[in-house]
Amino acid sequence: MSGGLEGPPPEERASPDGRRNSQGIRIDPEVEAEPESRRAVLSALVQHEPGVLANVSGLFRRRQFNIESLTVGPTTDGDRARITLEIDEPEPGIEQAKKQLQKLVPVIAVTELEPDAIRRELALIKVDGSAPDQVGAVAEMYDGKTVDVSRESVTVEITGSEQKIDAAVETFGRFGIHEIVRTGTAALERGTRKTT
Amino acid sequence: MSERTTKQRETEETTDADAKGGDGTPTTVTSGATSTVRALENAGIETMFGVQGGAIMPVYDALWGSDIDHVMMAHEQGAAHAADAYNVVSGRPGVCLATSGPGATNLVTGIADANMDSDAVVALTGQVPQSMVGSDAFQETDTTGITAPITKNNYFASDADTVGDTVGEAVALAGSGRPGPTLVDLPKDVTNNETDRDPGMPQTPETYTPQEEADADAVETAAHTIEAADRPLLLFGGGVVKADASEEARAFATEYEIPVVTTMPGIGTVPEDHDLCLSWAGMHGTGYANMAINHTDLLIAVGTRFDDRLTGGIETFAPDAEVIHVDIDPAEVSKNIHADYPLIGDAGRVLEQLHDALPEAPDADEWREQCQTWKTEYPMGYATPDDEPLKPQFVVEALDEATSDEAIVTSGVGQHQMWASQYWTFREPRTWVSSHGLGTMGYGLPAAIGARLAADDDEEVVCVDGDGSFLMTVQELSVAVREDLDITVAILNNEYIGMVRQWQDAFFEGRHMAAGYSWIPEFDKLAEAFGARGWRVDDYDEVADAIEAALDYDGPSVIDFHIDPAENVYPMVPSGGANDEFALSEDQL
Repeated sequence: MSGGLEGPPPEERASPDGRRNSQGIRIDPEVEAEPESRRAVLSALVQHEPGVLANVSGLFRRRQFNIESLTVGPTTDGDRARITLEIDEPEPGIEQAKKQLQKLVPVIAVTELEPDAIRRELALIKVDGSAPDQVGAVAEMYDGKTVDVSRESVTVEITGSEQKIDAAVETFGRFGIHEIVRTGTAALERGTRKTT
Repeated sequence: MSERTTKQRETEETTDADAKGGDGTPTTVTSGATSTVRALENAGIETMFGVQGGAIMPVYDALWGSDIDHVMMAHEQGAAHAADAYNVVSGRPGVCLATSGPGATNLVTGIADANMDSDAVVALTGQVPQSMVGSDAFQETDTTGITAPITKNNYFASDADTVGDTVGEAVALAGSGRPGPTLVDLPKDVTNNETDRDPGMPQTPETYTPQEEADADAVETAAHTIEAADRPLLLFGGGVVKADASEEARAFATEYEIPVVTTMPGIGTVPEDHDLCLSWAGMHGTGYANMAINHTDLLIAVGTRFDDRLTGGIETFAPDAEVIHVDIDPAEVSKNIHADYPLIGDAGRVLEQLHDALPEAPDADEWREQCQTWKTEYPMGYATPDDEPLKPQFVVEALDEATSDEAIVTSGVGQHQMWASQYWTFREPRTWVSSHGLGTMGYGLPAAIGARLAADDDEEVVCVDGDGSFLMTVQELSVAVREDLDITVAILNNEYIGMVRQWQDAFFEGRHMAAGYSWIPEFDKLAEAFGARGWRVDDYDEVADAIEAALDYDGPSVIDFHIDPAENVYPMVPSGGANDEFALSEDQL
């Protein structure tokens, strides 16, 4: 096939030795390690209107951010809702997620919460009903309570951090878990610090 | 043949039923539909492009008495591209109109195209009445759902009283900050319902507050870095065009004598024949632009999103350079390439800020010389051997020669697009109108229609098209004839999806799977059948005459240039390669 231009071929061109990593940051390739991901909790104040949740979740899907949990609910202002998102990303990804979220027009404000922010999740765990007393005792151990009892099953409610719920789920496993539902993390800053 | 058609058009009596009104007064609001039209009038919209259909009929009916011109397109995709090009050329929002269901989905390609290229396009779509939404009604589709990822924002209008405000907001938002497409979905009950509430003047949403001016300290630091740089390089992207900042960009480059490369959408921000200009960089950019990118120690990037077709492999992009990144969209900063000095703000304003903060030009004589050396080392050019068919580069240069500096060039996507952008010497912003980010074949012809209606009468509009691209939206030629638009379509016809053929030769051992047309229409005759003028050109000595005749013809014309089917586009940076690894011929790939 024809066509072609004049000039020194690629192998005759002096090329710089520098390199960037996959995030576009200049690095020393000899010492650079793969960036580690971390868990970040983002809180977004949004216009309370149809389609916002779909827009936010769609954004995270199409930009391939690793989303760990997402909760949404109204605030005291009827026009505004709060979305709490947990993501697991290397540092530049977290920054990018915040910026992309902020860019959505119905999103009013976005902040990343401090590591010591209050984080809570609620779980309903339905286990086998053959040992209701023992189930009740374990629930108490996790500051939970029994909310439904039938001949076949006992359902308990547990509130706490994600780690606490994980531990509770593992413990209840020995009774035989029939069904489980978890809300995902809701979070607020402590004390006078404002969330958004 | 075409003259007869033209005469027929001229002598045809227009009946009252075809005569759209408009008496210079604003539309009186009586319904959601008239409120919609009034909002567009308030926003200064003069022209819109669309296709009729059931659910949008009330809005069309409201246009009957409006001063807004409506161009009836052949296909909704054409309407979106025409609106897009109208925006690129005029800087004013382009508006397109379509019905629900297929009308809306046909717009999708054009909206996605506008989104990728940050073009201010407003799409208004009909929708089934709200009582039927969600019932899978006739011509129902979830338009706001479908277009959410490809719009800056979209709206589902639910109330006749407020629909005008929503439409006004959609127009204002599309054109402000970093421009982009918006869409308003208009259920038929909302447009039909009565209201007498006038929409106010268009306003952006309260929560939308783009930052115009960069942080002063950050500017100061960046300016010091420029002053200290040995090998500074300006990279002007499409954002400079959007911000109408070419003047500031040119002043900055010339005052401090800093070499310039552009991105493809940034073409025309500086005159390509200026000494400091190295033309555009990227996959098929010039060798010298790509060498400069690779060797700069300070890249001053303005209004670019560092697309992969520009950067090649991230690991090897400008590997010795610190990066100053000026952009109005914070989300573009450090998205693909880390910015050492982020400057958020309007391109023109931040360039002025940098100018005010920068007393001395960097000491870069050696670097400028080096850039000039690359220009001579890697010249753009082509041979025209007697025993080979017509070369496309020759055609592009002949067209450039025959037209003014202000001529507007639209293109489809593929080899012809690359030749047009490589061999046409652009001198002004908003004269290169193409589909960059999405790479939409078929963009060129409807874009020429939109461009024609946005351009001044003395600016020629030339669509450099490919045979494959032309076939994708050829129906819009009927619109150009009906509206009597003076456009010249130059098809670089190699009877291939040429860029695919080039890649098949380079990377698929020459297996031309679904790349060649075993039969293709005679485009000159097809043009005549549409009522346009048509020419076919096979030889060098016919080129100039055909171009002259086509440009002279006051209406749409098509020249079918049968070019060398074997010609390839070079230079070429292999996908994911380093910018300085560009191949100059196939054996280097």
